[in-house]
Amino acid sequence: MTRLPVFSRSAVQDGVGDRPEPRAITTRSSPTDVMFRAIVRSAGVATVGIMLAVGLFLALRASTALSVVGPSFLTTQEWSPDTQTFGVAAVLFGTFSIAIIALTVSLPLSLGTALLLSEVVRGRLRQALISLVDLMAAVPSIVFGLWGFFFLQAAIIPVSRWISTYLGWIPIFAVTDPNGDALTDANAFTSSAFIAGIVVGLMVVPIQTSIMREAFSQAPPGEREGAYALGATRWGVIKTVVLPFGRGGVIGGTMLGLGRALGETIAVYMIISPIFFINWEVLKSGTNSVSALIALRYSEASEFGLSALMAAGLVLFLITLVVNFSASLIVARSRSGAGSEA
Amino acid sequence: MSTVMEPSIEVDSLAATRIPDKTGVAVGPRRVLRRVTFDDAFNLVGALAGSMSTATLLFGWVTPLTGVIGWLVLAYLFFLALYTALTWMRSDTQEVVDRVVTVLLISAGAVLLAALLFVVFFTLIRGAEALPHLNFFTQTMQSTGPLDPLTQGGILHAIVGTLIQISIALAITIPLGLATAVFLNEVGGTFARIVRTVVEAMTALPSVVAGLFVYASFVLLVSHQRNGFAAALAITVMMLPIVIRSADVVLRLVAANLREASFALGTTHWRTVWHVVLPTARSGLMTAIILGTARGIGETAPVLLTSGMTGVLNLNPFEGPMVSLPLQIFSFIGSPEPLMVARGFGTAAVLLVLVLGLFVAARAIGGRGPGELSNGQRRRAHQRSLDDLGRIEALASHMSSVGAPASRHSQNGSHP
Repeated sequence: MTRLPVFSRSAVQDGVGDRPEPRAITTRSSPTDVMFRAIVRSAGVATVGIMLAVGLFLALRASTALSVVGPSFLTTQEWSPDTQTFGVAAVLFGTFSIAIIALTVSLPLSLGTALLLSEVVRGRLRQALISLVDLMAAVPSIVFGLWGFFFLQAAIIPVSRWISTYLGWIPIFAVTDPNGDALTDANAFTSSAFIAGIVVGLMVVPIQTSIMREAFSQAPPGEREGAYALGATRWGVIKTVVLPFGRGGVIGGTMLGLGRALGETIAVYMIISPIFFINWEVLKSGTNSVSALIALRYSEASEFGLSALMAAGLVLFLITLVVNFSASLIVARSRSGAGSEA
Repeated sequence: MSTVMEPSIEVDSLAATRIPDKTGVAVGPRRVLRRVTFDDAFNLVGALAGSMSTATLLFGWVTPLTGVIGWLVLAYLFFLALYTALTWMRSDTQEVVDRVVTVLLISAGAVLLAALLFVVFFTLIRGAEALPHLNFFTQTMQSTGPLDPLTQGGILHAIVGTLIQISIALAITIPLGLATAVFLNEVGGTFARIVRTVVEAMTALPSVVAGLFVYASFVLLVSHQRNGFAAALAITVMMLPIVIRSADVVLRLVAANLREASFALGTTHWRTVWHVVLPTARSGLMTAIILGTARGIGETAPVLLTSGMTGVLNLNPFEGPMVSLPLQIFSFIGSPEPLMVARGFGTAAVLLVLVLGLFVAARAIGGRGPGELSNGQRRRAHQRSLDDLGRIEALASHMSSVGAPASRHSQNGSHP
């Protein structure tokens, strides 16, 4: 048995007992360890270096353009850097209108599918479906773009026309020419924000679904079984247990999807026909997005035009940054909350 | 403890738990709880049949409606209404709501999966026109014009370009990414927290902005031309944060007691990482890398700005344009010629199969948690410990035969 030496307080005070000083605990790393830490630390430094270089380079080059136009960069709709009148109002509006349509498409689908996978389907089928949805997250965006351009574009026109005919009294669904007369020609409905939004929406559904499903499956089994024991139906359990516990996952997953939708380039670029003014009529041909603008204009841009594109890219980056950070914050908070109450 | 605990007091016969004697009691067949009742089946089939007939009637006879999508939407709405009404006849509100919500959830899942599978198969089927020609994989577009038949020209240059670009990107990403992830988990500290935040921020970087960065810095200032290396750099900037984040998550899952056991045996930090942490997380790290690769191969936007366009096979990443699969698709479908579009779909099918193959591989490797062994690994580990046992026993019998103090081994009875 280990025994601790007994020191009486009085003996120490009297100077009779000699209480040893506590040993200072030190670690002497071996040379390999010192080297190991130095190497991985330098890898961390290199990574941060690369990332900061991207950010600083963008900010630095963007500032050239921004200093010329100032705050009107956010309110100007035109994009002609060589005449010094350019701004992101139109492209930002297009980016957000596409992203909002995408979320309108993706949110019901992903929420329903996530609940289906976590609450309704069981066993092997559930595993297979989960794998399938995750697999779809890996499909390259250009494949979605191909589908949107060669199939959806033509197939969706009757739907667009129907909406504009019967819901045209809502301003955003109207499709009119400059005189305010309603258009019914098929060409008026192609390459619209609506079509791009549907394609981008389908693209972000898998990632949203898997985040929401993960949050739902973490709803505490105690509460779940308690609700069943009180006679709740499946919908009752979903409404009172699963959705309240998974709320963070729903919000976070939606925002991560939003981040993806805002930054999507190639599918949008393939479908839309770029314009540089704000088009409120989302069913009507012509819209734009920041990333499509960059893909469209980079090759012919002058030194200054490139700097203007950098500024647009920087604005997009800052927006997705805010969206992603708040999304991961919400997801993380909901996770810890669910754990403590289980 | 050698003393056996005996119950010292008489247990009251009422308080004791007793399992009832089931001999001689007839046990009926186990009831199936998940069986579909007649009512349920009737409601479902009835509502389906009713809605489809109503929609068809409206579209053909009563009103001049047309279009497949309109029919589907109308039939679905009728189905919901009929199903609600039929369920209402036999159940209370709670149950009706439950049934209708279940139907809504299933239809959301069905619509989603149908749409996603349609996207994939649309590409694969339209790509089938170009794929059967072997020259599609062995030739380049160097001397093939837009009007040449599919028996000429191919995408060898794009396949090779993709392989070269992703190899360069991986050669930078794997060591840097894994070392950074190890730094985040093993060294820690304030700086590690900064690194983690910066990496997380960079996962939000839109891929086209990564391309724009490499175009404005490397292409315009350093190389003065678009080439394969610039494309690889753009892919790296995009892929690195993704790989670091997922590797970081995987390494965090390695059980701390494994690390502590290793330290307790007196190993250095480096040996613990190399022999304990990394092997334990190997499958997860492989998954992180493979999924990052799949993203890197599939992205079009960064290479669109950096790699340049060519139909010629180019093996040198530092000289001249080098096209990759996604960019080649983009350039094919930009052409108005149907044959070029067919080539585009063929290329997309190749890219899709490549990416999905990578994903399935990642699943096969990474389906297990850290430290979990596959069957083969478990067999090998079992064999290794059998070998060790044999070695120890041989040593013990050798010791006892030469008269060394081997009393402890003989007590264990590990040798005859």
